[in-house]
Amino acid sequence: MKVLIPGALRDYTGERREVEANGATLDEVLADLDRRYPGIRFRMVDEQDGIRRHMRIYVNGGEVDAIDVPLRSSDEIIILQALSGG
Amino acid sequence: MYAKSLVNPVPSAATGRVALLVATRKGAFILSTDSSRRAWATRGPMFFGHIVHHMVLDPRPVAKNARTLLVAVRTGHLGPSVFRSTDMGKNWQEAARPPAFPKVEPGQEGQHKGRVVDHTFWLSPGHSGEPGTWYAGTSPQGLFRSEDGGDTWAPVAGFNDNPMYLQWTGGEKDGTPDGPKLHSIQIDPRDARHLYIGMSSGGVFESLDEGASWKPLNAGCAADFLPVPNPEYGHDPHCMRLHPLAPDILYQQNHCGIYRMERAAATWVRIGANMPKKIGDIGFPLVLHPRDTRTVWVFPMDGGSVWPRTSPGGKPAAYMTHNAGKSWQRQDAGLPQRQGWFTVKRQAMTADAHDPVGVYFGTTSGEVWASRNEGAKWTCIAEHLPHIYAVEAVELPR
Repeated sequence: MKVLIPGALRDYTGERREVEANGATLDEVLADLDRRYPGIRFRMVDEQDGIRRHMRIYVNGGEVDAIDVPLRSSDEIIILQALSGG
Repeated sequence: MYAKSLVNPVPSAATGRVALLVATRKGAFILSTDSSRRAWATRGPMFFGHIVHHMVLDPRPVAKNARTLLVAVRTGHLGPSVFRSTDMGKNWQEAARPPAFPKVEPGQEGQHKGRVVDHTFWLSPGHSGEPGTWYAGTSPQGLFRSEDGGDTWAPVAGFNDNPMYLQWTGGEKDGTPDGPKLHSIQIDPRDARHLYIGMSSGGVFESLDEGASWKPLNAGCAADFLPVPNPEYGHDPHCMRLHPLAPDILYQQNHCGIYRMERAAATWVRIGANMPKKIGDIGFPLVLHPRDTRTVWVFPMDGGSVWPRTSPGGKPAAYMTHNAGKSWQRQDAGLPQRQGWFTVKRQAMTADAHDPVGVYFGTTSGEVWASRNEGAKWTCIAEHLPHIYAVEAVELPR
């Protein structure tokens, strides 16, 4: 499925804004992303599987607050940076 | 068991080129010079926009003229990581497994409730006899170990999962404004299993079994922000150093003064009591002379009223002792004589190994100052850098 990557993580994707990843849950998609782009998952999800404080993940336009949500192959995932200053 | 004098021969003074590894809130820089240490060139930023807490070069070569450079980074948005370079920062590889606490499954929370590493704060190369071994200290307080040059990191369970962890470390309120930290990881050069750590807060702790078990080592050290006198732990060491030539001599700049310990005595002695009263003995960094166990530099900060943490009176100065703290000498030549409100963080002062020793410090206002003569005269060698967290001096290959 299609995953949109924020600017801060495009070092991992070779500057690609849109990439493909597969999985039946968001957790599996993030694991697939990490296989393709090693290290990317830990920058946005912590070791307790929490979405980091200044990251936002949307599935078909709706924000999710956990990574155990089920997905369909037609879903679109958008990963964004929340505001963080200083 | 403990030695009161040198256990290693005094090494020859360094004669090569010097570089300063500068970690800032917005990236990393390398300042380099020739062996005269007169003119400096700035390279960077590397990891531009990332918060870089520490950049450290392994003294143990991995190949001819190749040593591992590690950097601890995070950003305001992204989680913490560690990157590695073997060509002095031209190319970087991310750690395959950065420092992270174990995942806690629901129902298994116990005392720790699923801790998350906010940032890696301190990096220390391991013992010279254990090539590839590194230690990392994190915020919140965690100790991690790598045995493959910083590529994969594992928790040191003897500390992180110690039944006393919560009592030793206190809560979030007991940390620094940037969060509680584990720092000052020191390895006894005679014994790879003999470790010391410092925690803000928590105090100084010692392990004799490579981190499997730990004991507090805070006797004699004040903790006047705690309600009980002479607590066993809960102190706030800002920077603790073990002298590599005499590893049973420890120094620390603490929240409550400057201390020295002869390990056999197991009691900290407040050598900061001999500082001028109007200056006090509060500060963050503490730097050792590489060949003289009695010579130490500190950079006092104002710890009065609401703790401004700036140079007392707006007149920045280093202070040096040549006699293990019996007396202190002010060193402010070349520094601003007024309206200089420097803040120098605990990792932001360092020394090279030349003769005379070069001493360096970075400020939170982005200046790097250098002295080629052991603090007798200071020169600003970089300005307008971001907020500086750490400065490490290294000698470059010829």
